[in-house]
Amino acid sequence: MKIRTFLYTLWQGIRNMFKNGWYSLASVATISACLFLLSMFYSIVANMQHILYTVEEGVSVTVFFNEDVTDAQVDAFGQELLRRPEVRDVDYNSDDEIWASFGPTYFGEDYQQGFPENPLKGEHNYEVFLTSVSLQDQLVSWLETRPEVRLVRYSEFTASTLSGFNLMLVYVSGAIILILLAVSIFLISNTVRVGISVRSEEISIMKYIGATDFFVRAPFVLEGIIIGLIGALIPLYLIHYLYDYVLTLITTRFQMLSTMLSFLTLQEVFNVLIPVSIGIGVGMGLLGSYITVRKYLKV
Amino acid sequence: MTRREKIKAARDEFIEENGIIFLDDVSMNYPEKGNPAVKDVTLRINKGEFVFIVGDSGSGKSTLLKLLLREIVPTGGDVFVSGQNTRKLRHSQIPKFRRNLGVVFQDFRLLKDRNVYENVAFAQRIIEVPSREMRRNVPSILAMVGLAGKYKANVRKLSGGEQQRVALARALVNKPAILLADEPTGNLDPNNAWDIMDLLAEINEQGTTVVVVTHSPTIVNSMKKRVVTMKLGEIISDEQEGEYLNED
Repeated sequence: MKIRTFLYTLWQGIRNMFKNGWYSLASVATISACLFLLSMFYSIVANMQHILYTVEEGVSVTVFFNEDVTDAQVDAFGQELLRRPEVRDVDYNSDDEIWASFGPTYFGEDYQQGFPENPLKGEHNYEVFLTSVSLQDQLVSWLETRPEVRLVRYSEFTASTLSGFNLMLVYVSGAIILILLAVSIFLISNTVRVGISVRSEEISIMKYIGATDFFVRAPFVLEGIIIGLIGALIPLYLIHYLYDYVLTLITTRFQMLSTMLSFLTLQEVFNVLIPVSIGIGVGMGLLGSYITVRKYLKV
Repeated sequence: MTRREKIKAARDEFIEENGIIFLDDVSMNYPEKGNPAVKDVTLRINKGEFVFIVGDSGSGKSTLLKLLLREIVPTGGDVFVSGQNTRKLRHSQIPKFRRNLGVVFQDFRLLKDRNVYENVAFAQRIIEVPSREMRRNVPSILAMVGLAGKYKANVRKLSGGEQQRVALARALVNKPAILLADEPTGNLDPNNAWDIMDLLAEINEQGTTVVVVTHSPTIVNSMKKRVVTMKLGEIISDEQEGEYLNED
């Protein structure tokens, strides 16, 4: 194909968009509305998952050792723990560190007076942080079989509650996102389909004159891509301001909340939203117009 | 040589010598309809001929035109246009095939958002004619159909006769070997209808094969051209300087 023909089809695509102004506007509005809802929901769910993840990160299992276990055995056990899939990190607390931490809390600054020896001797332990709280039971079962281990301390309630909530969030949000996605795809493709079907006669005329499929299709596809791109950029722009506004509101008005909860940065949310929104907008514009035009090319 | 081989040899000879359209025992059955739209039709049209295809509603003349345009393929027999068997054309070959045909419809089928010049130029754009040539060809063909002064006009604002002239200019600008016209005067008043027919006769005199589908006896009987009459999907008469008595 010659460059001028290619440029002509590009020009026709842009021209068509302005020529069918109301249709273009309706399409952009539909795509924007769908993607705005989807983006909003994603932002909320992603933050909830992030908060949950932050809480989960603090959940740990504490492992205490039998008296006859040597330092070398403790080190080796620590290495073995780190190799387990359930384990994200291991923090060793020596007897002295524990006494230094607890002593001042219970006996004040002079806590060492009256205790010639560390009263918590033998309480050294590993604080084991999990890759996922759902794996806590699996790890605890393994720990309890180990001969070095005297006691495993953990909170079954916290783990099961967090794990259950996490699972529920994944399923519910996944289902809602899928429904929103399906509704978006349906609405967007329908808008594209209606817009093209009113121009089916124009397509058939082109075909009768001897236009190739590419020559007929290219302007429609380009129009679909541009409309999809604009439709995706509008909600991203809105979310950008809305997200910042809501975060500022929470951190200034509800300071208590902001100290307890940690939110994703706009950058982190946009790392997913930008490719997804543009992908859906442009993809639907492109695929929708490509498939719909194909129906009318069989002349 | 078997009978089949003889027929094939005769067909090839006809196409090679001067045949431009050849329908070889063509039938067309639409699955949703009981009776065949076209039944066992054999028709030969030579280069440079002017042929009227006439018949009442449902006689099969529009189906015949669709077959020539390769909008449909026959359920039986073969259709040859400019030596090409339409059945053997791949989807990607159809555009190139159609560029050798000019088509005019009863309802003009113009691109309504474009002006007269752009409508005609569109046919040149799809065959990638250089802009400089296009700027020469389009005004020249518009002058031929009597629309030189209206090249900037919006086609919606033209009269029926003028719109049909634009359609005619678009069909002719690429100098096709064959011009197919489906009821070209159907939407026009008698004066405009005669103007269009005069133009078609002029185009034919310049060497273009013209096939006009119509059910207007006045025009057919005045033009004194070859008349192929169809009834219930079959050709019932094929006469040079024939006449047509409309039964509709």
